[in-house]
Amino acid sequence: MSKEIELPELGATGLLRYSWRQLTSMRTALILLLMLGVAAIPGSLIPQRDQNPMKVREYFSDSLTLAQWMDRVSLFDVYGSPWFSAIYILLFISLIGCVLPRSVEHFHAARALPPKTPKNLDRMEFHSTWNAQGDEIERAYVLLKAKRFRILRENNVISAEKGFTRETGNLFFHLSLILILIGVGFGSLFGMRGDAIVNIGERFINIPTTYDSLKFGKLLSEKALPPFVITVDNFVAKYNTLTNAPEDYTLNVSVVEKPGAPSVKRIVKVNSPLRFGSTNVYLQANGYSPIVTVRDGDGNVALQGPVPFLPQDGNLRSIGAIKVPDADPQIGFVATFLPTQARDSVQGGISVFPEALDPKMLFSIWRGDLGLNTGVPQSVYRIDTSKMERIGLESLKPGETFSYDGGSITFEGFVPWVNLQVVRDPGKNYALLGGIVAILGLLASLFTRRRRIWIRITESGKVEVAGLAKNAAPGLEIEIAKLVTLLKGEK
Amino acid sequence: MSQTWAYISNYFIYSAMAVYTLSFFAHAYETAWAVRAPQTDEASTGSLMTKTLDYTRTEKAARIATAMMILGFILLFAGVIARGISAHRVPWGNMYEFSITGALAFTGAYLGALRKYDLRWLGLLVSIAVLLTLGTAVAVLYRPSAPLVPALKSTWLVIHVCAAIISGGVFLLANVIAGAYLYLDSMERKGPRTVWAQRLPSLEVLDQLSYRLVAFVFPLWTFAVIAGAIWAESAWGRYWGWDPKETWAFITWVAYAAYLHARVTIGWRGRRAAWLCLFAGSTFLFNYIYVNIYGTGKHTYSGL
Repeated sequence: MSKEIELPELGATGLLRYSWRQLTSMRTALILLLMLGVAAIPGSLIPQRDQNPMKVREYFSDSLTLAQWMDRVSLFDVYGSPWFSAIYILLFISLIGCVLPRSVEHFHAARALPPKTPKNLDRMEFHSTWNAQGDEIERAYVLLKAKRFRILRENNVISAEKGFTRETGNLFFHLSLILILIGVGFGSLFGMRGDAIVNIGERFINIPTTYDSLKFGKLLSEKALPPFVITVDNFVAKYNTLTNAPEDYTLNVSVVEKPGAPSVKRIVKVNSPLRFGSTNVYLQANGYSPIVTVRDGDGNVALQGPVPFLPQDGNLRSIGAIKVPDADPQIGFVATFLPTQARDSVQGGISVFPEALDPKMLFSIWRGDLGLNTGVPQSVYRIDTSKMERIGLESLKPGETFSYDGGSITFEGFVPWVNLQVVRDPGKNYALLGGIVAILGLLASLFTRRRRIWIRITESGKVEVAGLAKNAAPGLEIEIAKLVTLLKGEK
Repeated sequence: MSQTWAYISNYFIYSAMAVYTLSFFAHAYETAWAVRAPQTDEASTGSLMTKTLDYTRTEKAARIATAMMILGFILLFAGVIARGISAHRVPWGNMYEFSITGALAFTGAYLGALRKYDLRWLGLLVSIAVLLTLGTAVAVLYRPSAPLVPALKSTWLVIHVCAAIISGGVFLLANVIAGAYLYLDSMERKGPRTVWAQRLPSLEVLDQLSYRLVAFVFPLWTFAVIAGAIWAESAWGRYWGWDPKETWAFITWVAYAAYLHARVTIGWRGRRAAWLCLFAGSTFLFNYIYVNIYGTGKHTYSGL
């Protein structure tokens, strides 16, 4: 034998066809499926920008080079990364390449008659034979027809088949996965998501400038925001007195759906958002805004109103920054709001309950340049004090005033704020439909058996029955045994 | 908040643990005593392999073991219900409650499978697993009965968590069986089974059984994930956000999907299939233990 193997020339089309076959093979699909699972792991262990931007920033401040390298391979953005996308796109191409031809094939097979009966039934499963009465074929036909078998009947032979639902369900399951992917893609292209902190008593007008953060899908224009106005009337948070955990949040709002429409009172809860078509408004977070009045040395008001503070723990100890850019030189207060104040020997001022039972505001006063004109975006909750000097440290209860060199601050009181999250996702109904079809398809494909049963009366006057379970699923033996008893029994 | 009901629940759970312990001892007795040492006259005739199995003398112990398992299930069921009454809600609001309900689902899956298959040999492992779960729950995870945080106040809590817990119970049972498969397989590779192992089912039966359990519960797991997505849409403003819990639920789903494909389409059997099954099950366990306790994200309801 020659050791040289002659490889046929593949050519460009041959190579393409070869790659396509490889990609759509079951083995490749299985490897891609497992790869998708493995590729999803890092995103659950490393903080992701979308979910936890603060933690990501910590990585950057802890070790810049490492974080930059991690960022270069999209480790902070795993589920939108090129490599993650590559795996699922390949998987879905492989899926489509496998499922579409099978669907066509199945469509034809389901309309065709069962194949002819094999010659040697005794080689098939659960074969049994006995002396014929003569009318077995007729009775078997009636019995199998009643059980909705598809039957090919010739003279003294019946070939019956059932269980196409299995493949139908299987195909629907895989097609529905494609539908889910379409729904996800549609939602991200034509969707939007934004957050706005609104103090109780204030109005939220649905235009881009009222948002604290806002993201549009690639194919959605800013004009697509529905023109609703929400007035936040009242917010009640109930807390458990034993565990301090929240028990209930109720937000009362007045909604004007579009200019000219009447104002409607509505209630928003965590599990029941406001719905405007495919746009929903969620109650996502809440906190406190201390109300302050800052006066300059002459007693003129330099700043007045509620300033939203950011909660730091379950008891709503909140930090914030009160910036007075109009003062000269500029004044800033780095502040902490404690809804129910207490002192801890290690941490200092803490809050021991999330409800404002004994509120207090602690702050340090800074004078100098707030750095608002540097062009670098600044957090509204923090002050860059690098160009400032500290001129005081104080704590106030509601109604109290503190005077410092060059002005005074009055802690008037507080008002709760809520974070309204506005989300538009026009693709979610497709995804939901896909999910429902996936489950139904899965049930059909896992719990139906595809099987064939043959009955023949031989020339020697014997009845032969045999079957074939196409999916190695159990149950055919019992089914055939029952059929045989019925055929034998009616004498 | 009725604290009395919480105490009643605790008593039921302690009693269930006591009864499971009895079941454990009965199973252990049965496993050990069914092996009969050679009689002196038999021994003199020769080979070392004359040890035989004699079930007649352990039949009583076996019956007691299963009866205790059923009684434990009933007591645990009562404990879970009482916990629910004490909190005026379904009893799965924190990890202690997930654990006791999970142990209940696991015993339920075992007893359910026992009606159809001869699985009494598995009772020893099941009782150990349940005791460990309940022990950890009572000793480490216990939290006073309390109302739910607002995000959990939804009908979907009943549907989504129930589906997830049942799936978990069955996945773990499939895992135990796949583990038994691998153990017996490596035993058979070295030679004949040891005497006590002879009563365990054949490798084919174990292989089929773990597959059936997975195939049976995979649609339910799919449903649990989708129900979670529907709930997340109304509570968190998105149906899928790659939260660590969601990610690992997805990984579990993918792993079991791969397992089913490997079996049905490529025809994997035996060792490779069992390893894949174990891998898939361990992603579920990782999700339950690691993500609940150390994980960040929105599914932080362990109460720890």
